[in-house]
Amino acid sequence: MTETGNKTDKDKSIGVVETQYYTYAIPGKEHKLESGEKLGPITLAYETYGKLNKEKTNAILALHALSGDAHAAGVHSGQDNNGWWDDMIGPGKAFDTNRYFVICSNVIGGCKGSTGPSSINEATGKPYALDFPFITVADMVHAQRHLIDYLGIDRLLCVTGGSMGGMQVLQWVASYPERVRSAIPIATALKHSPQQIAFNEVVRQSIMADPAWREGNYYEYGQPEKGLALARMIGHITFMSDQSMEEKFSRRLTSGRFSFGFDADFEVEGYLHYRGANFVKRFDANSYLYITKAIDYFDLSGGRLIPGGKAIDTRFLIISFKSDWLYPSYQSQEIVRLLKRKHVDATYCELRTTYGHDAFLIEVEEQTTLIKHFLDKTFNGYLVVSDHGI
Amino acid sequence: MASEDIRLDHRIIYSIIGPESRVLDLGCGEGDLLYPLVRDKQVRAQGIELDDKAIQECVKKGLSVFHDDIEHSLREYPDNCFDYVILNQSMQEVKNVDFVIHEALRIGSRVIVGFPNFAFIRSRFMLFFRGKAPITKSLPYTWFDTPNVRFLSIDDFSDFCTEKNIRIIEAHYLGERRIIHFWPNLLALNAIFVLASGNAKKA
Repeated sequence: MTETGNKTDKDKSIGVVETQYYTYAIPGKEHKLESGEKLGPITLAYETYGKLNKEKTNAILALHALSGDAHAAGVHSGQDNNGWWDDMIGPGKAFDTNRYFVICSNVIGGCKGSTGPSSINEATGKPYALDFPFITVADMVHAQRHLIDYLGIDRLLCVTGGSMGGMQVLQWVASYPERVRSAIPIATALKHSPQQIAFNEVVRQSIMADPAWREGNYYEYGQPEKGLALARMIGHITFMSDQSMEEKFSRRLTSGRFSFGFDADFEVEGYLHYRGANFVKRFDANSYLYITKAIDYFDLSGGRLIPGGKAIDTRFLIISFKSDWLYPSYQSQEIVRLLKRKHVDATYCELRTTYGHDAFLIEVEEQTTLIKHFLDKTFNGYLVVSDHGI
Repeated sequence: MASEDIRLDHRIIYSIIGPESRVLDLGCGEGDLLYPLVRDKQVRAQGIELDDKAIQECVKKGLSVFHDDIEHSLREYPDNCFDYVILNQSMQEVKNVDFVIHEALRIGSRVIVGFPNFAFIRSRFMLFFRGKAPITKSLPYTWFDTPNVRFLSIDDFSDFCTEKNIRIIEAHYLGERRIIHFWPNLLALNAIFVLASGNAKKA
């Protein structure tokens, strides 16, 4: 394989994939959450790509961000719905499915097949809504560990993800270091800053301020569309950068002239409306509330990532993006500082893209190169790099 | 390894560093120095590099690198956590040399410094007879386009070490292709010093 693969290889998708489901925490064996509450049964929606080798040493767990799902790559039968990381997972791609077995599961609290506030509460026969217990990133990871146990994988070659997915990566290392050979947290943080919490709070308030939210009991009536769309519009602003918005929209007008009204005059307004309207069709408002709260609660700063005198042999590749102002590079550098103090083998690179926080979802060539070679080294050691150097 | 086309300074540093050492290379570039050490001597290596393209090359070689500048990169490391800290052809690009050398001595048992000799005979000729800022094999830059911010001779650096109570364990003087044995301050293009802290506690 050359560093970025040839064009045809790169464009190849994994093809048709199917979501699978795993249920655990059956009555009597409920999952005890970090909050102390119990939850069960729990279903996790997940997909897998590539083949698990006989030794079960080539498994990679990809973890999704706030609004992601288990569908990370390929398409579903008869549909045109490429997975959220289709640019990165597939034959010859950064996470090369010709070599590795990639797993992606929807987080608990989500709404894409895993148990969340829109799921039916077996005790009442109705959706949980706000009866759903608060979940944390540690709870999400705990649930994933059950899935990895079920798949018979003792040690993951790699856990990876961006944004909230990166938080889950860090949580995997904190909770189960012996089960993680390497970690690739991208555009993430050890904890949310007050600015990040503030954005999430505005997002939550915009949902809850919509009368259609009905204290969370909207399932018979339909989503609080206005509030949720507004929440997502705010989100999209933070995912882009000043420069990427300039490149994408500039001040272009939707109809060539001002309307002298409050319609979407500018393309950027139209884009936000479009993204907001699309989002309400695919994402549950209560899930958005619960998951943003889980992100705000997350904190592995101080000694919590690698406790006390514990030594870990997990290798790290940490990536941040210069134009990402939602998860600025200093937050990734805080992870690096922590790893330095603990002698952890790690690589950190800040990439110079203009895409802002969204960059991790896009096939940035440098990101692909870094990940591909980092995995290669983790999987094969130095045997495969003999064509370099001296 | 040691084949003829390897840079002389890399060959010398390669020979200094023992198997399975813990090594930090400050300004590791594309990892050409670290890679053979890791491959042949199972050295546990960490590079620090500011150039993101160079980092890509390091990762292709399977090396671990932090994207950072040298001065910022040192603070977080605990005392004595490396056997060797390397500053090869990067010290002259650092503004706060004193701080960097002392931090390097704090986190490493030995510090290997490689730098170009400003008092090399050709430099002296250029300055004295032609009245121009010297350009040599080891200082190949024009005055307006150089990454270097510090210009020093071998004798300057020896004086610095004496003044700062830094022990010089070894010194190697390099010509274009071979070691220089006589009048290094006049005849050497580059020097490589192995340093240790002057305090007795660091054996």
